[in-house]
Amino acid sequence: MEALPLAIAPLALVDERAELRSELRTVGMVWERELIRFERTRTRILSSFVQPVLFLFVLGYGMSTLVPTVGGFDFKKFVFPGIVAMTVVTTAIFSAISIVWDREFGFLREMLVAPVSRAALVVGKCLGGASIATVQGTIMLALAPLIGVHLTVATVFEVMGCELLMAVTLTAFGVAVASRIQRMEGFQVVMQLLLFPMLFLSGALFPLKGLPTWLTVITRINPLTYAVDPLRHFVFAVQAMTPAARAKFPVGVSLFGYTLPVGAEIGIVVALAVAFLGLALTGFGQTE
Amino acid sequence: MKVSSLSKRFGEVQAVRDISFSVGTGEVFAFLGPNGAGKTTTIKMLCTLAEPTSGTATVAGFDVRHQPKSVRRHIGLVFQETTLDDQLTAEENLRFHAVLYHVPPEQVASRIDQVLRLVALEDRRRDLVSTFSGGMARRLEIARGMLHTPAVLFLDEPTIGLDPQTRSLMWEDVLRMRQEAGVTIFLTTHYMDEAEYAERIAIIDHGVIVALDTPDALKRRVGEDTVELTTADNAMAEKRLAEVGYNVRRSEEAVVVFTGNGESQVARLIETAGVPVSNVHVHRPTLDDVFLHYTGREIRENHGEQAISSRMRARFARRR
Repeated sequence: MEALPLAIAPLALVDERAELRSELRTVGMVWERELIRFERTRTRILSSFVQPVLFLFVLGYGMSTLVPTVGGFDFKKFVFPGIVAMTVVTTAIFSAISIVWDREFGFLREMLVAPVSRAALVVGKCLGGASIATVQGTIMLALAPLIGVHLTVATVFEVMGCELLMAVTLTAFGVAVASRIQRMEGFQVVMQLLLFPMLFLSGALFPLKGLPTWLTVITRINPLTYAVDPLRHFVFAVQAMTPAARAKFPVGVSLFGYTLPVGAEIGIVVALAVAFLGLALTGFGQTE
Repeated sequence: MKVSSLSKRFGEVQAVRDISFSVGTGEVFAFLGPNGAGKTTTIKMLCTLAEPTSGTATVAGFDVRHQPKSVRRHIGLVFQETTLDDQLTAEENLRFHAVLYHVPPEQVASRIDQVLRLVALEDRRRDLVSTFSGGMARRLEIARGMLHTPAVLFLDEPTIGLDPQTRSLMWEDVLRMRQEAGVTIFLTTHYMDEAEYAERIAIIDHGVIVALDTPDALKRRVGEDTVELTTADNAMAEKRLAEVGYNVRRSEEAVVVFTGNGESQVARLIETAGVPVSNVHVHRPTLDDVFLHYTGREIRENHGEQAISSRMRARFARRR
């Protein structure tokens, strides 16, 4: 009798390991599918650059005439990290649209009836969308020399880290919304309604300083604020800026008169990512 | 597969009422009935996609209620609607499925080769599914359903919206798989000629199984065969046949004999008639007659419409 538990334990262990391995395989496969599909839609790759490039040049050059250049640092340089963030956010959120497609064309069913956990599917989906968004954001960095933004190798890696975190959070957010929406049009409407206010009020396009109180409150509630700032922080850290320029184009988000360290901002985004993943998971479970 | 007293209720509506049956290993078993009869609901319960209100069912030796994951691992599913990703190639669709159904990595490639060969799609493996015809897509789905060597393959209205030629091609595939893999096949259909492929048929109507037997036995229960003889002297033939006790009638140009097992009687009938016979026609009751007999309705009612709409859906899906 005493030998029995000993005999069962290793068996259960092997079983659990095999289970975990097949879950990871599922995550990998779902991720791969997202990438294959993305790579096949060339028009989507191109069109996802049109908007940020447009913003960069129209807004960057347009506003440069209004916002004076301080110590050689102009508005274009300020807005550049924000535009990179914008690329990542838009791509990430809209990658979740594939769930709505999958539902409409039945493939969601193929996934949901498989003997795998919903978590593996959701994580695979989120990582897939996030990878694509990170790649897109990183390609945008190629425009840096054109704008006069200086980048080091270390900065590029820091920025990519920020992009990935931001992308996972926003893809999870997108999946959470998409899995609760039945129709294509619905997703697009909801996303346009949420995405633009969130982007505009995140500090991506203008400094979050000296705003009216009500606007300040909104920007501090906006989760994107905490995702955009670290990215700008890492880019600005390697720019040659005069103290006057730093005062004019500040980084950092102040909360109740206290400026949050970058670590805290990243912590907030990680917490949000976990929360959105949770919402994505429960939403995904309800789809059938 | 064993099902006992399975029921499903959606609010006030009793979709499936207390059905019981069992299906042997390697058997082809058909659920035949009109739309809304409870076929899809039953299949969903057996595939663990819907929870039974009461009753039990085991599939491939696993309880659908308590071991849903084990059930799903051991069954293949082909739904009414296409569930392929048409932006992926045939091979990629299969690889995706193989991973989700835990096919060991070292076996994936050989399994994909095998199932593609089964449905004769090897030369299209690297093509996007969006370039496939409806029939090819359906056959690919069947191949996919077989990829993880399931014990039971469920086909829910597998040939809906397919042309007759594609349908028979698909059936060749399915029966070949049954032969090679020994898989049990459970299908639902409202096509009579399709149910003929099954070894046993359960006729379901309003959530109840009204008859369950082999196609031949069902037909026999409904009525006898009719043998039509065109002879040189119909009156003489009729008289002689009636004399030995056959149930005979005369139509305009022929003598019609009602008898069980008509085919084996033909030689005796011709001999008994004793006049030159120019034409013999044996008509067996069809499953249409069987269905009509058990439900009092024609099964074809309202079906044209649905077939078209599902085909249109498939076409819209292609257009993406």
